[in-house]
Amino acid sequence: MDSALIWEMVIKSLVLILALLTGFAYLTYYERRGLARIQSRVGPNRAGPAGLLQPIADAVKLIFKEEFTPGQAYKVIFILAPIITVIPAILITATVPWGGTVTIGGREVMLGIADINIGVLYIMSVASIAVYGVVLAGWASNNKYAMMGGLRSTAQMISYELALGLSFVGVILLANSMRMTEIVEAQRGLWFAFLQPVGAVVFFFATLAELNRGPFDMPEAEQELSAGYNVEYSGMKFALFFMAEYTKMVSISAIIATLFWGGYRGPFIDTMPGLGPLYMFIKIFFILFMMIWVRASWPRIRYDRLMDLGWKILLPLSLSLVFINATGILLNQMWLIPLLSIGAGFLAIQAINLSLRRKENAR
Amino acid sequence: MTTMQVLFLFFAAIILGSAIKVVTTKKMIHAAFWLVVALFGIAALYAMLNAGFLAMVQIVVYVGAIAILFIFAVMLTRKELLDKGAALNNNKTIAALISLVFFGGLLLLLTNWSGFTKMAPDLPEGDMVAKLGEALVTPNAYLLPFEVASVLLLAALIGAVYVANEARSE
Repeated sequence: MDSALIWEMVIKSLVLILALLTGFAYLTYYERRGLARIQSRVGPNRAGPAGLLQPIADAVKLIFKEEFTPGQAYKVIFILAPIITVIPAILITATVPWGGTVTIGGREVMLGIADINIGVLYIMSVASIAVYGVVLAGWASNNKYAMMGGLRSTAQMISYELALGLSFVGVILLANSMRMTEIVEAQRGLWFAFLQPVGAVVFFFATLAELNRGPFDMPEAEQELSAGYNVEYSGMKFALFFMAEYTKMVSISAIIATLFWGGYRGPFIDTMPGLGPLYMFIKIFFILFMMIWVRASWPRIRYDRLMDLGWKILLPLSLSLVFINATGILLNQMWLIPLLSIGAGFLAIQAINLSLRRKENAR
Repeated sequence: MTTMQVLFLFFAAIILGSAIKVVTTKKMIHAAFWLVVALFGIAALYAMLNAGFLAMVQIVVYVGAIAILFIFAVMLTRKELLDKGAALNNNKTIAALISLVFFGGLLLLLTNWSGFTKMAPDLPEGDMVAKLGEALVTPNAYLLPFEVASVLLLAALIGAVYVANEARSE
């Protein structure tokens, strides 16, 4: 490994981390403006032109706020928990390719940190350790509401990890590889979101639950738990939790774009590989808008229904999607996959309908 | 020493140190945290052996699922945050004796093993994950142990559901 390669890696990592942090800051602004627009309000528009300096004002406010550590808290873990939450949120993007290979100053540079042969599994493993931050924060605060929030979120994240993992399996089957760049290349003809539309929807909902975002934001249900796992946190420690959530939103949107919406591919990408990050940005922008839209439109669902949805609807549905993908590939009849998967999705919706109607009749 | 050797010694020291802390610390929650550190170290060793797949599975299964269940169980069953559990029995001398005997036996076996002096064979070309997957479903390779293990896991799963249901109905 020559020193130029090490420098290349360091610079690429720094650029990615800076991009993620800027993305986090402006995502909060984007969300507040978007939510405001949906609720016919104006949103933050005072700091700077059109409110563009609002994230900086928020950061300055949070830095100067008092840091408070509860007396009965378990201090080491209490301080470590926000850090443990932020690290996986940034690490998870390491295997996402941001573009093809470009030549900068006579040097071939791949736009992406690491292109390992188990890229998808890496994402899965980093997502599975993201639970620790929330659970440890809830427990170390020594507060029953925080503890309940932590417990809820752990149960929710572990349950939805199953549907998430099985959706990954569907993509791996279609692309015949776990390498992220090969998954993107396999979508040269048709994006997987069109080949496997229900899989894309299941993946989207599973990631919403994994992110603890509305309508699955159980861990921070204000009405029931006052705030959830972060109730004892203040100042920059609270900001770190906030940062983890929004950085994760950006990273997960990048992963959704890569797995289902063709990644960095777009028109003229083969002649101009430098366009890759731009296409990624546009796709991430739209997926983030979907997330904000969902949050604005749907109320938080009840905890038992959340678990029912995860275990009784999404898990069987994603299992059957894996089966459908395998059947289509084995018979070499790709048109079967979207047809059968839409049928399976329809059955799942019917099952939700039936269970809701039964409850209504029982009343 | 090469970089790999330094790294190996570093991770081995982390694993051994945290494993010792797991069995010697008095507070149960600390034992669970040290166990997580040890499991991460083992994943790092797998990654150094070019077994990236195993390293990731180690993190998903052990760190992401099993260790979190340990922490969960401790959190749900202990009233105090840093509860100190007394040892169940006082058989420290016998335990030390048994582990010494096992350690001696392993040492004896491994010193007579010829594998230490051999170099590791070069990795075959191609996608390692695909090769692993094919080996798991090829009858001449690992199909039988793979299926037996999956049936065992399924039986354990059904058993766990049955036991949990019985406890609730009482």
